[in-house]
Amino acid sequence: MPHDHHHGPSIDPTRLARYQNLAKAVTELLIEKNIISSDEIDDAIKGMDERGPALGARMVARAWSNSHYKESMLSDGSAAAEALGIPVDGTKLVVVENTEKVHNLVVCTLCSCYPRNILGLPPRWYKSTPYRARAIKEPRKVLKEFGTIIPESVSVRVHDSTADMRYMVLPARPTNTAEWNEERLRELVTRDSMIGAEAAITPGDQE
Amino acid sequence: MSRLPDGARVQVKSRLVETHTRVPMYIQGKTGVIERCCGPYRNPETLAYGKDGLPKEFLYRVRFFQSELWEDYKGNSSDTADVEIYHHWLSLESEC
Repeated sequence: MPHDHHHGPSIDPTRLARYQNLAKAVTELLIEKNIISSDEIDDAIKGMDERGPALGARMVARAWSNSHYKESMLSDGSAAAEALGIPVDGTKLVVVENTEKVHNLVVCTLCSCYPRNILGLPPRWYKSTPYRARAIKEPRKVLKEFGTIIPESVSVRVHDSTADMRYMVLPARPTNTAEWNEERLRELVTRDSMIGAEAAITPGDQE
Repeated sequence: MSRLPDGARVQVKSRLVETHTRVPMYIQGKTGVIERCCGPYRNPETLAYGKDGLPKEFLYRVRFFQSELWEDYKGNSSDTADVEIYHHWLSLESEC
């Protein structure tokens, strides 16, 4: 997948070091004052590390295989995640479907809101200033840089996560997968396809 | 405060805010359509200052045509942007 556009650093390294030191100092103080334990911090980090695009891929593969699940996912993303045993911890997940008429793309222009409980930590480019500024203003050009060409007959819909909702894209099911079971289908669902930056992998089309 | 109905045409207020807000500049003053109401949520404009963010306010997803947001928009005329906006930033177009 071509992905050669420039993602420049959006945070000055000196400032970053200052915030890292500040975070470390606050962490040490919280432990010293017995407000939280270092075990609790380790558990929280471990919990976050265990979250990743595989969770979202499970939801997508289920939706491709089961129309009832798909309907419930489009009406209440959080409930659909919980139904597969994926805890969302209060996140209000909105799932938007790519169809023959609409291609969805997710951005947070104000900061870097992302459905972390479902997709894990966001990629660096998602948090970069150029992506945040350009995805809303020239989405077709940005998509093209990801190798995703959207035909004229398809509308592009950008979702700006400005407040309490978090967004995940349900990519279109690739062709030639009619016989595939959920487990195999999961392998076709990439992180970027659930942000809307690319389509799911079409079998036989891998580079 | 009564909830705005789905499909209503609304205009986003345009105001100079020097304190915290979750309304990006590019939609201020623009007109769109309520896609759905997300329910009542605490107000981030007071939450940001250590207050309780109450009373809760309705939050909506409002859909705008990209060509109305950006003068030089080069995509398709049916391209849209969905943005979450709190009730107090919206007025019904008929009341504008």
